[in-house]
Amino acid sequence: MKVQVNVMLKNGVLDPQGEAVNHALSALGYDSVKSVRQGKLIEIHLDENDLAAAEQKVRDMCEKLLANTVIESYSIKISG
Amino acid sequence: MKAVVIVFPGSNCDRDIAVALRQVGAEVTMVWHKDTELPPALDIVAIPGGFSFGDYLRCGAIAAKSPICRSVVSFAQNGGFVLGVCNGFQVLTETGLLPGALMQNAGLKFLCKTVDLQVSNTESAFTQNYNRDQVISVPIAHHEGNYNVSPEDLAILHGENRIAFKYLDNPNGAMDDIAGVLSQNRRVLGMMPHPERAIDPLLNLSDGKPFFAGLMGRLAMA
Repeated sequence: MKVQVNVMLKNGVLDPQGEAVNHALSALGYDSVKSVRQGKLIEIHLDENDLAAAEQKVRDMCEKLLANTVIESYSIKISG
Repeated sequence: MKAVVIVFPGSNCDRDIAVALRQVGAEVTMVWHKDTELPPALDIVAIPGGFSFGDYLRCGAIAAKSPICRSVVSFAQNGGFVLGVCNGFQVLTETGLLPGALMQNAGLKFLCKTVDLQVSNTESAFTQNYNRDQVISVPIAHHEGNYNVSPEDLAILHGENRIAFKYLDNPNGAMDDIAGVLSQNRRVLGMMPHPERAIDPLLNLSDGKPFFAGLMGRLAMA
């Protein structure tokens, strides 16, 4: 199955890259942009049939490596 | 004093830190990241600056999970001395040996210059040869040196006097101007500035000399 992990800086942690993108969008005339946060998307192909087991495994991966939970939060999306 | 310098693919200050340690009389062994064991009867492990594993995922994240780092963590947990400079500091936070994380510089630029640091703690092997609040000049060279830590951990760092160095003129947005932090037992130090680049009068910088001399003084007694 295919798993997508989204890693974002936690709310409240300053995201200078997102700020820079926000400024650039404003410069292009997109006046309605209120804020931008930038994160990363990690795709994992997993040889696993059990949904719950897969989610638990990916959660483990996030805690151990994929996210630094001091500054980042993560979300997991599994598609069959 | 027996020292080890860990070498990852992408380390580039490993030889500099070996030179600094040898200058004060240390016997230095370079250890490759795929090794699983540290040499016996070891006094200190140094994790050098650089771009381990190309800074992929997060700075220091992959290195922190390398085989040798498991041994470094248990060495530290058993009271061993560990020094992490620049990328080495990032690795130490990723292993959990030091609290917090190093984020991209607030100004989004790679910074390479000499900065003034205030020595905030003189009760560690690394900082004992300085005077409290002494100002020293040490080079920085990083893109991710913006130290970030939870309010709870920040209070602990202050309460336990574990902030070793502070920037006088904060270059990267680090919380409370923090440039280097110590572990609770004061034997693990992580810092963004490079003391090993300030040991030679030829480079017009020698404020790093007391750093390594202090370390040698403490470890030679051990």
